[in-house]
Amino acid sequence: MGKTLFEKVWDNHVVDSIPNGPSIIYIDKHLIHEVTSPQAFAGLNKRNIKVFRPDKTIATADHNVPTTNQHLPIQEALSRNQVETLNKNCREHCVELYGLGHKYQGIVHVIGPELGITQPGMTIVCGDSHTSTHGAFGSIAFGIGTSEVEMVLSTQCLLQNKPKTMLIEIDGELNEGVYSKDIILYIISKITASGGTGYFVEYSGAAIRSLSMEARMTICNMSIEMGARGGMIAPDEITFDYIKGKKFSPQGDEFDASVKKWKQLKSDNDAKYDKVIKFDAKDIEPMITYGTNPGMGIKIKDYIPDSALNTSSESFNKSLDYMGLKSGQKLIDKKIDYVFIGSCTNSRIEDLRIASNIVKGKKKSDQVNAWVIPGSKSVEKIAIEEGLDKIFNEAGFEFRQPGCSACLAMNEDKIPQGKYCVSTSNRNFEGRQGPGSRTFLASPATAALTALNGFITDIRDYN
Amino acid sequence: MEKFIKFDSTIMPLNIENIDTDQIIPARFLKAVTRDGFGDNLFRDWRYDNNDNLIENFNLNSINNDSKILLAGRNFGCGSSREHAAWAIYDYGFRVVVSSFFADIFRNNALNNGLLVIQLSQNKIDQIFDKVSNDINTVFSVDLNDQKFYSSDGTIDEEFEINEYNKTCLINGYDNIDYLLSVKDKILKFESNLK
Ligand code: SF4
Repeated sequence: MGKTLFEKVWDNHVVDSIPNGPSIIYIDKHLIHEVTSPQAFAGLNKRNIKVFRPDKTIATADHNVPTTNQHLPIQEALSRNQVETLNKNCREHCVELYGLGHKYQGIVHVIGPELGITQPGMTIVCGDSHTSTHGAFGSIAFGIGTSEVEMVLSTQCLLQNKPKTMLIEIDGELNEGVYSKDIILYIISKITASGGTGYFVEYSGAAIRSLSMEARMTICNMSIEMGARGGMIAPDEITFDYIKGKKFSPQGDEFDASVKKWKQLKSDNDAKYDKVIKFDAKDIEPMITYGTNPGMGIKIKDYIPDSALNTSSESFNKSLDYMGLKSGQKLIDKKIDYVFIGSCTNSRIEDLRIASNIVKGKKKSDQVNAWVIPGSKSVEKIAIEEGLDKIFNEAGFEFRQPGCSACLAMNEDKIPQGKYCVSTSNRNFEGRQGPGSRTFLASPATAALTALNGFITDIRDYN
Repeated sequence: MEKFIKFDSTIMPLNIENIDTDQIIPARFLKAVTRDGFGDNLFRDWRYDNNDNLIENFNLNSINNDSKILLAGRNFGCGSSREHAAWAIYDYGFRVVVSSFFADIFRNNALNNGLLVIQLSQNKIDQIFDKVSNDINTVFSVDLNDQKFYSSDGTIDEEFEINEYNKTCLINGYDNIDYLLSVKDKILKFESNLK
């Protein structure tokens, strides 16, 4: 029987299997950041061991950094301590660090791909659930906890149970106004926030193939929001074109040899998945969430339902109460206080181009605070070269410096209590963007247009 | 890791689905560089209001039973991979979480910290919630060796699954890193075959 893409990459990385237990999986690239690594380094220091393969480990500071005045010392003492601890750990363990101020600094899942660190067929982990992003290149990439970070730092290996496999196939041509964010919000709304738990997902079909790498990353990024360990897409010419010439990608003859190898990375025709789900691209419309998990999403023109799959009415009502919304209400024209364009889901240059195109020559609504946070120093640089920063600033948006920012509100970028935010990030959990914040997840196009109008607007009504 | 020992305890019920790790421990409390003290902020925004006043009717505040067993709705621990969630639950005093469904990363994080996760059918979970809401003082036993979870009156008597490897680790307090370090030669051999 043939193998799935997942099985091919997995099998290539099994060091050993424990009978009635997990497998030992070798990790090709380990990305670390300031929030989930300090306790792991402390564990190594306690055992008096060094990082086993520092050349396969890359660090950046992203979760906890300010998005203004990055050249100054971090104001908040605890955040500063965490970033300084990362600096110190990387120095002592000879780990390459793209820290604050470095030209490669940025959100860990934005810099991996754009620097060519992320490559097809690899195993990639990071102490962050959105590591699934890197699966867009046909790698097995998933988030891990701090004890697991410690395992990888000390042995370059992880103990993992093999997940089940799921294929999500989307055929057909995408409708106008539909972006990859809408595709993934649609999928999660159909299979729920736990529908992928226990599975590793592969996305395929004509609609997926038509997408750019940035758009594919947005989809794989949110695989975790349906509970999946990760998501992956078989590499193709679009992938190879993207990787070519990147800082750390193979160069010259080595690149050609790699492409030859990478072309083998696809599921065999007779491969079997544990589960197969098919969607038709023509059913997908611009999406938005209304509740407090990413599965609570609707087509932007729909009305808020009175129940959700796998959710008791108690939990469902608790969620709507938190959001200050009612069943039967529509979201179109709903007044908004904040717009956040950023996060590892939608802060790549393509996202900023899409948003700036909508904003160009216009002004944001007076009632709205609009933030644009580029995903990395490299994205920021290209945006400035292309004049996108000016477009945003002239429209009244704040174009800031790279970091996770209001995606998780660890720094000072918080949505205030009770305020509504249309956000291009990935989680609408209670308090995710600040205590009491209320989040509507949507595409960068929807977010940008909403900022102009001051109320939620369907991108298809843009003129 | 502490060894997992059989114990009896009442239950702390939390009948909410999709409890994500942001609720278990909000991001603003992740700034520490040690593993200690996260229990103080467990379910912070459900336990305290904006002015740090106790929210009286939240179960962790209203039920004072020193329970070691947290019973929760389906899809517990979804969202962020933060292990701080497992640390917070353990630090608060829980040794077991019982639910009908756990998020994958949370499950690993819990087991890596000596926190047992017991997955039972939704039907059973509903029964246990009923039982506890009738009598919050019902005592349950957790026996990892026999993989049994049962109430003292015998009305709930369940077997649960766990793989042999994780079970051995929990019972003996073994550490995955010790294990991986002990197979370094295999890892080196694997590396020599790379490329
Ligand atoms: S942008 Fe948000 S989701 Fe992405 S890594 Fe940062 S905190 Fe996590």
